[in-house]
Amino acid sequence: MANRIVSVNPHVYAPDTTTTIMRDVIIALCPAVIASVLFFGARALLVECVCVAVAVLCEWGFEKLTHRPNTIGDLSAVVTGLLLALNLPVTIPLWQAAFGALVAIVMVKQLFGGIGLNFANPAITARIVMLVAFGANMTHWVPAAFSDATSSATPLAVIAGINGINAGANTAADLPSLLQMFLGARGGSMGETSCLALLIGGIYLLCRKVISWHTPVAFIGTVVVLTAILGQQPLYQMMAGGLFLGAIFMATDYTTSPPTPAGKLIFGVGCGLLTVCIRVWGNYPEGVSFSILLMNILNPYISNWTRTKPFGGVTA
Amino acid sequence: MFHGKLHGVHPRHMKNTAGNKPIRMPVPPVITVPMSMNIGAPAKPVVKPGDEVKVGQLIAEAGGFMSAPIYSGVSGKVKKLDDYLGSNGRFDTVIVIESDGLQTEYEGIQKPVITDQKSFVDAVRACGVIGLGGAGFPTSVKLNVDPDRVHNIIINGAECEPYITSDTRTMIDNASRIIEGAQLLQKYYTADRIIIGIEDNKPECITIMKEAGRGVPNFEVAELPALYPQGGEKVLIYNTTGEIVPEGKLPIDVGCIVINCTTLAVIAKYIETGMPLVEKVITVDGSAVANPQNIIVPVGTPIQDVLDFVGLKCEPRKVLYGGPMMGISVPSLDSPILKNTNAILAFDEKDAADPTPTACIRCGRCVNHCPFHLMPAAIEQAYNERNGAALKKLKVNLCMECGCCSYGCPARRPLVQVNKLAKAVLNKYNAELKEAEEKQKAKEQAKKEAGVNG
Repeated sequence: MANRIVSVNPHVYAPDTTTTIMRDVIIALCPAVIASVLFFGARALLVECVCVAVAVLCEWGFEKLTHRPNTIGDLSAVVTGLLLALNLPVTIPLWQAAFGALVAIVMVKQLFGGIGLNFANPAITARIVMLVAFGANMTHWVPAAFSDATSSATPLAVIAGINGINAGANTAADLPSLLQMFLGARGGSMGETSCLALLIGGIYLLCRKVISWHTPVAFIGTVVVLTAILGQQPLYQMMAGGLFLGAIFMATDYTTSPPTPAGKLIFGVGCGLLTVCIRVWGNYPEGVSFSILLMNILNPYISNWTRTKPFGGVTA
Repeated sequence: MFHGKLHGVHPRHMKNTAGNKPIRMPVPPVITVPMSMNIGAPAKPVVKPGDEVKVGQLIAEAGGFMSAPIYSGVSGKVKKLDDYLGSNGRFDTVIVIESDGLQTEYEGIQKPVITDQKSFVDAVRACGVIGLGGAGFPTSVKLNVDPDRVHNIIINGAECEPYITSDTRTMIDNASRIIEGAQLLQKYYTADRIIIGIEDNKPECITIMKEAGRGVPNFEVAELPALYPQGGEKVLIYNTTGEIVPEGKLPIDVGCIVINCTTLAVIAKYIETGMPLVEKVITVDGSAVANPQNIIVPVGTPIQDVLDFVGLKCEPRKVLYGGPMMGISVPSLDSPILKNTNAILAFDEKDAADPTPTACIRCGRCVNHCPFHLMPAAIEQAYNERNGAALKKLKVNLCMECGCCSYGCPARRPLVQVNKLAKAVLNKYNAELKEAEEKQKAKEQAKKEAGVNG
């Protein structure tokens, strides 16, 4: 008689697995990848390939060295490498990009136990490490194709220039139009400029139920409302910098954000608040990465505060 | 305490057999009737090897208040009383009966005489019926309450488990019995509402029940979204009445009685004909089954006979009592059809394979799918630490093991299994806590007495 399998219920499963979720994120990032090549040339693709390859290699190598099960099949290293690349300027030296991928996978992810156990978003943290280590290369911007702006500076840097930190360096005439901002014809990291491409990816993730609307809407909404109150141009602030990339793809990272809708809302609002503070009062023109990293650190607390209330539960 | 909508999951319905009117399977040569089919005390055999029995004849009497009598589903001869390892891993007594194939009805069958609520409850008890939705709770115990406490009678026609259509068939083929049962309940309990809850993926049942219930006072059909586990008792109560059954309480504490539609039909049949619960309509389906269908079999029919009758495509690798979300996998095809078996599902190699768990990615799907708003990922962590205090806070005791968390987990973590194990850890913790408390009390008492004496 055949050996029969006896196991605990359930005996059927939803089709989604970690791999399909990561695959969906990669699919959702495709429009942004295409936009990066369109606006910044073929080198964008080269940087993306280097980051992905190094990320996957590091994951494989580290797990080999530490005798842990190989997890490159779950595609999470691909996502990390790709997200990191999209957060870099197209001119970044390749060895620096590779270093960033190594930091993301080994230092931020694997040293904390691998997928699901890292406290901070690997791509974001690696980007910040690179910003500190290679400041000049990380803020060296080139003009995007199809942009008629004379300056290659990012719109946020231009605004910061007008508003006084580097007063006189730029004028409002250097700012791209709102349409250019939306399509992505502006200076910036290669994956962050096209709001349209990121939005398409975000809608795909929402439809596939990979992310929920709470974090991105709270994050972007807070930035819009606060900048409006502070007398900035809210639409401009919304589309500038890495807000769309951060709000849709980085702040929604499962491992480093709260699981419940209430927690996600608090997390998003916190990210938005910090972003505006850094943009308006900080030394850096952009604050999305820092705000997400800071909120990553608060995540365990937010997750604890926003625990669900059991149905019919009675507190003794 | 407002909870909004309860969560759930959308497994594929797979109601392949909804259109199949149940057919009667040829009488099996041997039936094996276990004594522990209900929650509570096992029944006590009243027959001995060699005794002649007939269909509907008592073979075991209720073994206590929380128990139910058992009647023979075939006519024939008692072969032996045997030990048998149930699917719950416990040994149980079974009565093995060899059928003579004649299905002679027991001459002692007579309609019960019902004059009041007490005699009604007695009749339900005598009928041997238990919760046929799968729970196996003795129905007479559920109905043995002060009639004035009952405000809502909820008939469970949700049948939210994939594949199973036996309740669907009861509603289609026996709607009048369900209505008769509802009218009996209305007669002996002072309920304000009688609601039958049906998932909206069964429009035929909804139409038929609305038609059958026309003119019955206070009777209503609640069309519920097809969201598993819609038929969970607490879920159904909340979605039809808005009442929340608190921790440690019963539905009657919020004025509700929930009764499965097939259970009700069995009661109505017994009261009209005197024939107790001896046979079941079961759905036989799954990827290893050649011709999925609904069949009528005596309680005690071996699963092997059932599968032989419907035909197999291949040797089944996993066989379930019940649906794929909460069904129990059986190790042996000698296991019999129980009173509360509503389906036998047999799966091929591909569908039977257990997935390999990977690391939790903290996606939160288990939290957002749990109908009772529990946090399975956090429970798993607390369980790994054997942290009873944390498990108490996380209310793992409320878990009904519906399977939504495991179903939706992209890392395929065995969350239901962990919840089951975590309940044991919590029970141990509570017991230790109680013991420590009692010790403390005894100490204080001793001190006090010593103080008085000194």
